[in-house]
Amino acid sequence: MGNFLPSTPEERQEMLGALGLKSVREFFRDVPEEVYREEPLNLPAGKSELEVARYLKALSEENKQYHLILRGAGAYDHYIPSIVKYIPAKEEFLTAYTPYQAEISQGILQSIFEYQTMICELTGMDVSNASVYDGATAAAEGVSMCRSRKRTVTLVSGAAHPDVIATIRTYLYGVGTELKIVPVRDGKTDLEALKAMLTPDVSSVYFAQPNFFGQLEDSEALIAAAHEAGAMVVMGCNPISLAVLKTPGELGADVAVGEGQPLGMPLAYGGPYLGFMATTKKNMRSLPGRIVGETRDANGNRAFVLSLQAREQHIRREKASSNICSNEALCALTAGLYLATMGPEGLKEAARQCMAKAHYLAAELSRLPGVSLPNPGPFFHEFVTALPKQDEVLKKLDEAGILGGLPVEGGLLWCVTEKASKADLDKTVAIVKEVLA
Amino acid sequence: MKLIFEKSRKGHSVSVLPPLDVETVSLPAGMDRESALRLPELSETEISRHYKELVDQVYGVNNGFYPLGSCTMKYNPRIDEEMASLPGFTGIHPLAPAEATAGCRKVLKEAAELLGEISGMDAMTFQPAAGAHGEFTGVMLIKQYHASRGDVNRTKIIVPDSAHGTNPATAAMCGFDVVNIASAPNGCVDLEALKAALGDDTAGLMLTNPNTVGLFDPNILEITRLVHEAGGLCYYDGANLNAVMGRVRPGDMGFDCVHMNLHKTFATPHGGGGPGAGAVGCKAFLKGFLPGSALMGDGAPIQVRSFAGNFLVVLRALAYILMLGREGIPEACETALLNANYLQMKMREIFTPAFDRLCMHEFVLDLSDYKKETGVSALDVAKGLIDFGIHPPTMYFPLIVHEALMLEPTETEDRETLDRVAEIFAAVKQQGIDDPESLHTAPHKAPIGRPDEVGAARNPIVRAEL
Repeated sequence: MGNFLPSTPEERQEMLGALGLKSVREFFRDVPEEVYREEPLNLPAGKSELEVARYLKALSEENKQYHLILRGAGAYDHYIPSIVKYIPAKEEFLTAYTPYQAEISQGILQSIFEYQTMICELTGMDVSNASVYDGATAAAEGVSMCRSRKRTVTLVSGAAHPDVIATIRTYLYGVGTELKIVPVRDGKTDLEALKAMLTPDVSSVYFAQPNFFGQLEDSEALIAAAHEAGAMVVMGCNPISLAVLKTPGELGADVAVGEGQPLGMPLAYGGPYLGFMATTKKNMRSLPGRIVGETRDANGNRAFVLSLQAREQHIRREKASSNICSNEALCALTAGLYLATMGPEGLKEAARQCMAKAHYLAAELSRLPGVSLPNPGPFFHEFVTALPKQDEVLKKLDEAGILGGLPVEGGLLWCVTEKASKADLDKTVAIVKEVLA
Repeated sequence: MKLIFEKSRKGHSVSVLPPLDVETVSLPAGMDRESALRLPELSETEISRHYKELVDQVYGVNNGFYPLGSCTMKYNPRIDEEMASLPGFTGIHPLAPAEATAGCRKVLKEAAELLGEISGMDAMTFQPAAGAHGEFTGVMLIKQYHASRGDVNRTKIIVPDSAHGTNPATAAMCGFDVVNIASAPNGCVDLEALKAALGDDTAGLMLTNPNTVGLFDPNILEITRLVHEAGGLCYYDGANLNAVMGRVRPGDMGFDCVHMNLHKTFATPHGGGGPGAGAVGCKAFLKGFLPGSALMGDGAPIQVRSFAGNFLVVLRALAYILMLGREGIPEACETALLNANYLQMKMREIFTPAFDRLCMHEFVLDLSDYKKETGVSALDVAKGLIDFGIHPPTMYFPLIVHEALMLEPTETEDRETLDRVAEIFAAVKQQGIDDPESLHTAPHKAPIGRPDEVGAARNPIVRAEL
């Protein structure tokens, strides 16, 4: 049994003696008798480290590790450079608390400041926070930022990720703001429908670029329509794609949010991931969460601190912009490290490779009999195919150690990243071809 | 320290990707990024040394004593990290078919069962990513419950004034009005104030027990009974669960739902501010209101983030619980109480406890008198402690104690450490008497001196100029 206690039972008995007590039971004297449990809980007996390691390793082997993952839909299998795995495992980064004591937390604070700067560079926005929980909560906090007394409706594109839509819905249900879904047409947000829905009570519009189906939206037109109606725009982004795509800043979005997992975090069955949020200078004080700022110390040297705390729950309590306290600091550090490792050219190359390989697979698949791409628009690294014998295709791929596209309305949603080689993709196509033959 | 951008040199890079092996494609006209992408350019050596420089200016639990009250800074076992880096866990797509994710689902199921037993709850979700996120989830359970009964006039959530700031902020995010009730002189819930606040508009009560001054509320059963009689539900903020785990269960105290900070009580690392996990448990009658993932198709009525939650954090907590087991869980709890009381006893000779009696896992010192005598504040003392190589306690919390320092030593410290910490506090106290100015300007041995926080807020610089 492991307990991680550095003291022996005898030492503890001595300490009790020093307190003039006989038993640790006396610490519970305020606990009503009927709720104090003398008997142990119904838990297994404690195990040694080796036993636990053996047990959990065996559980990990009950999962299937695919050689090739051609599925995205919010969780992306990018290559993670080795250094990006090693540095965040350093004990001090790992075990420190939120950097309340700036004097002994400069390393964490500076890593967040650098992360904030990189997120601003990626998105083209002015201000980033220190992170929120994931892409879905970033979107929900983003539309919450835009609420106003007069404008009580939020519009969300039906082409957004289903988990993002559901999370926004929950956050808005909390505060009683109405959510309306903008219809989808040919795999994209229906611009004409959006225009018709942009009544004067709309506070913000959320859409994602690329969207859930991988399609590239006509961002300029969507943003222009929203702004014309006096609504703000919260734009969901894939951070890898931002290396090559027009940024939310260039497009004039008010808030840019997204799932930061592609920036060096493993798939890990859904988490920990990273929600990034950035906005314009004008909206800085309504941004939720921690923000690190630069200042000077008593000796005039550069120093970093948690700043603009007047927005936050520990000061404002029920009037805070959000209740967020712990965020995903170590994931933010990881993302900054990933971006520094890839560098500007490396990130652009990763984006270009994702796009090229996805287009290669789409083209090769659509050459097969009965396979079509139902969505006509341009895409980044995800696309939908309509194909016969979908279940059998997935089964045969699975047998070959390939996780195929995700079944969604209209077909399979595929994702290709830089990790897939041409040979991998050719093998995939050959298997699909064989099933369809 | 130089910023990573200041170390950037044009053309420096890390070789990561092979050349593209298919035909390149272009974006449609007008969709290309126009602005330069000014990420830093460094070699791998330079990156490695940059983060080494950063990590040398971080204080973690492995560095030394870290008595941050309410944060439960216990030792984080390394085995948890090894388990969380197994490729059979890190490489699993959340939307892979059920049969390919059997191991992950077993981890979640087993963790839910064990945490359900520890908390006295019937059902569990791991979707919340942190404590405050768990609070949001829990209060949304309360909201849905009343709505499902057509009980739409329950608009108020009661929160004691000793509560964490996240509690009132959470209630507001869920659309409730917050009723703050003053604490009794003993730091616990004032029953008369509670009775006065309760009514047919009460949706629920949010409570931490033991509370933020480290005392177990002896009236807890009366409190939860009163709330239930008024038709409200009781939410347990599990921030202080380490003080009772294995001996008292929130479910047995009358709470209907609870969040547990796996990154506090169950020893998963804080990562400098996350990722954590705010597992939420509830009684069977609230089970149908728990969140789930729309894309994973579990038909849940609400959702608080994508997929199933911070899986690798839950995995670490499971490893910890399995190691401690039925004997280790209460032993850890009782040792935390012993250490807190031992340290409080030592501290009583130095500073004034805010509530001078046996405490649970943490206690609060009130430095008001000391400040009157010397002009040295709780902040000054905290900064002075840094020069002795220990992390300061939580400062100025809870709000009901002035000049508060809140200490939570946790169970993973030994007697020698606690004795030495008491000596350090005594030395700092004496320093404040002999040379108060040296504490007003402390720390002197840290990587930086005191930062100008007011200036940072007034003139916000929140990104580097490139």
